[in-house]
Amino acid sequence: MEEIFTGLLPYLLAGLGVTLAVTLIALSLGFVIGLGLAILRVYGGIFAARVIALYTLLIRALPHILMLLIMFFVIASIVNLSPFWAGSLSLAIISGAYQTEIFRGAIQSVGVGQMMAARTLGMTRTQAIFYIILPQALRLAIPGWSNEAAIIVKDSSLVYVLGVPEILRRAQYYSARTYEPFTAFIAVAAIYFVLTFLTNRGLSALERRLKIPGL
Amino acid sequence: MTEPIIKLENIHKSYGKDEILKGINLEVREGEVVVIIGPSGTGKSTLLRCINLLTMPDRGRVWVDGVEITDPKVDINKARRHIGFVFQDFNLFNHLTALGNVTIGLKLVLGMKAGAAKEKGEFELARVGLQDKAGLYPGQLSGGQKQRVAIARALAMDPRVMLFDEPTSALDPELIGEVLEVMQKLAREGMTMVCVTHEMGFAREVASRIVFMERGVIVEEGTPEEMFLRPRFDRTREFLGKISELYGKHQSG
Repeated sequence: MEEIFTGLLPYLLAGLGVTLAVTLIALSLGFVIGLGLAILRVYGGIFAARVIALYTLLIRALPHILMLLIMFFVIASIVNLSPFWAGSLSLAIISGAYQTEIFRGAIQSVGVGQMMAARTLGMTRTQAIFYIILPQALRLAIPGWSNEAAIIVKDSSLVYVLGVPEILRRAQYYSARTYEPFTAFIAVAAIYFVLTFLTNRGLSALERRLKIPGL
Repeated sequence: MTEPIIKLENIHKSYGKDEILKGINLEVREGEVVVIIGPSGTGKSTLLRCINLLTMPDRGRVWVDGVEITDPKVDINKARRHIGFVFQDFNLFNHLTALGNVTIGLKLVLGMKAGAAKEKGEFELARVGLQDKAGLYPGQLSGGQKQRVAIARALAMDPRVMLFDEPTSALDPELIGEVLEVMQKLAREGMTMVCVTHEMGFAREVASRIVFMERGVIVEEGTPEEMFLRPRFDRTREFLGKISELYGKHQSG
């Protein structure tokens, strides 16, 4: 029993930094990709819309683990990419595709009248997008985005196939060494649960704080 | 004779095969209140949207305040600053307070400092009788209050002309009066206005000119007296008769 607190947990928690780093990189980079592409998809004309639709279709059609393997073994053989970065960037590209769809839906559910009203005041389209559409769309996107965040927290475990020592990988090492898979995997499960729980709680609090009165 | 503030020349607009506007010519002079009436689907709103190029006409030219805004070299964003537009369904910015709605254009488009914008915004809200609602969000206002905020938002930009697109059509009957009152006050203050509306009481009392449109053309125009008492066309008489019967009831008269 004591071994859990002196051996297992410190060993797993040493990988927590990696898990968190992969998650944060994937989510934040995915946010930038997703929001940028969603804006282009809605306002960037037919050609941009087609290309972006193809990207989101392609990514969403492939198993995530396959994307990781392709990124690592194909792309990392051309440019020098560590397993950590190959994994994090792949997850960012994957999450970016899902986030594009989340933000596109949110932008489109802000009524067209909002854009028209902004333009009648003399705002440029860019001003209208950033000051009128996005403040509303981003609020609408929070529930869908928390879902995506919960998925990426858990998907960060996929980088273990590239040999990145995040918590799942460490649990596996531990169980191989001690022949105690049960303790190791249950401990890892608890950690993922706490991470996902905190993420969702945090985002719900954010949603409540940003709620527009009267809506 | 002064130059008209608005001049439309041979405006054509089609959506697919439907020709909505079939060569409209219209002039509006300073201080005039022009009310556009006509059956639904006649192109009244489209015509109004062609004045600030919210809808781009396929053919024809538009002048506002002496500038041809259909000229591709003209910066339309600049031209729109001084053409107020009020929508049927308000289109207030939902994430901003009443005051925020009125000041965002001042700050973002006219580059006004926050303090000056707030002062001007409060003045405009007082003008429509909503000074005590400045901190409320659109979701917390009644329809009539929303429309008055929308009018204040347009007025804050110091428009040369105000365009109204059926401003009372989305309102409960008991809320129409407060919006019409604000519009009447504006007209008295000499604001140039073009209104698409079915409010015949307003048209009769406030309009300097009534324009009757049907199927994409202007059938007839004249003073309220001419239009109500001795219209030249049967269609005009027929339409005015029907619409007055339908909408006349809840009007102050």
